[in-house]
Amino acid sequence: MTMDGAGVLERTLAEDEVTILDAWIASLRDGTSLRSGRIREAELRTQAKTVLGLLREALAGGGLDADAEGFASIRETLADISRSRAIQGFTPTDTANFVFSLKERVFEALVKTHGTDAQGLAAGTWAASKVLDRLGLQTMEVFLASREEVIGRQGQEIAELSTPVVRLWDGILALPLIGTLDSARTGVVMENLLQAIVDEEAEIAIIDITGVPTVDTLVAQHLLKTVAAARLMGADCIVSGIRPQIAQTMVHLGVELNVVSKATLADAFAVALRRTGRKVVRQQAPAEERR
Amino acid sequence: MERIPILKLGGVLIVTIQVDMHDHLALALEEDLTAMIVRTGARGVLIEISALEIVDSFIGRMLVSIAAIARVLDAETVVAGMRPAVAITLVELGLELTGIRTALNVERGMALIQARLSEEDGHGSDRDGLES
Amino acid sequence: MTVSKAETLPIRSGGDVVRVRQRVRALAVEIGLGLVDQTKIVTAASELARNTLDYGGGGDVRAEIVQNGARKGLRLTFEDTGPGIADIEQAMTDHYTSGGGLGLGLGGAKRLSNEFHIASTPGMGTRVTIARWK
Repeated sequence: MTMDGAGVLERTLAEDEVTILDAWIASLRDGTSLRSGRIREAELRTQAKTVLGLLREALAGGGLDADAEGFASIRETLADISRSRAIQGFTPTDTANFVFSLKERVFEALVKTHGTDAQGLAAGTWAASKVLDRLGLQTMEVFLASREEVIGRQGQEIAELSTPVVRLWDGILALPLIGTLDSARTGVVMENLLQAIVDEEAEIAIIDITGVPTVDTLVAQHLLKTVAAARLMGADCIVSGIRPQIAQTMVHLGVELNVVSKATLADAFAVALRRTGRKVVRQQAPAEERR
Repeated sequence: MERIPILKLGGVLIVTIQVDMHDHLALALEEDLTAMIVRTGARGVLIEISALEIVDSFIGRMLVSIAAIARVLDAETVVAGMRPAVAITLVELGLELTGIRTALNVERGMALIQARLSEEDGHGSDRDGLES
Repeated sequence: MTVSKAETLPIRSGGDVVRVRQRVRALAVEIGLGLVDQTKIVTAASELARNTLDYGGGGDVRAEIVQNGARKGLRLTFEDTGPGIADIEQAMTDHYTSGGGLGLGLGGAKRLSNEFHIASTPGMGTRVTIARWK
């Protein structure tokens, strides 16, 4: 490359900065980011201006290698921007377009400044493509990494917040399940319950699924696995709170539910008391009559 | 050769597995237990595995066959003290140790065997009663 | 994906199977796997090591700590030069066994792992790779 693409690009950006910036913001405005109200125009303008300025500086420093030292500060700025977009819930397209939509505007500016100079135009266009594509990809990488972080953290929070194991009586535990059960959560639930069985030396654990909205094949299997694991440790499980449609799902699965199940937690508790040799009796006379 | 010790308490044989089991150690245990049930006329076998960090299909199979052999010789087998992580893994592995009774710890395991034996004796077993 | 640590252990005897279990446990602890995940990968390793010994006539296992982005994992590759497996699909079925075992080895190891890959050529040997991610 004999023609200095970086130089051509840098000069064009300097001469036409205001036009490019306005056109860029106009195309960003057409994107969904502004319309969705996730970001204000003023903020977008500041970000765009900063990025454009840093891009010029980097190009002035020489070189088109967006991975090089000279591009460090624009890379950081773009990384910050895409991280915050990931957290604000922008779509990947929106985030990528922030950089890619600049390309079109730069090409327009290049045509304006170098329209008659074919070599200069080619060099400038190539330079702009090379640099902006690379920066766009980096933006996406950061965006995706941040999304993964967010998802991972949320998953952890959900798992932690989920399932208390409650001691109902000596040797009788209850596990009230609320919300959807996926594999990851079932894993945590199972572990919590089994550990509680050890800690409390429980003979019977009642798994109450009144608060579980749906029981599909997988959930039912998870439930059965939990029951089987508890059995291996020497504790029995009673499943309670099975709503009609859940009962249907289980039957249609064709899984033989080798576990005592009861309609309500109260029924299950009564069974547990009986099995551990206890009985609930009403006091002989109600308090008022004794007066 | 290294062997796992078997204790006799009343009519119950007690084994505590403390080591990471070699396969031949497992086979030796099966042999020793069978011989000991016959020799002592034990009516119960309690295998305590709270020290076991894993139970793979080999050890699982050993437990299942000990229980089956004991049943043939009219003795009840209880496996006690399985760790939660081991239980979860066994279920995932697809090994549910069918036919084996389980207990949370040795105490519960003993109670389970005694309850079973006194029930049988109460119904007039045709065997000699539990030596104790 | 980068490999940050690798070691190879022989599987020639019952004692080696126990050593493989212990080494896999140590590596699982090193990458910070939870207790249940540790137990799963150690159990899977035990199944596969025994397969390598009993059906493959011995071989070795390569244990690697791998990193994929922010995730760390443990990858184990069991290799033997035994008779190989003609019908892998059948061998993966639960309760199928060619050697008097319970027949849970391959299928069980797969269920206990996040990744499972098997390649076998009759007469040449078998290679099974499993991985568990943090």
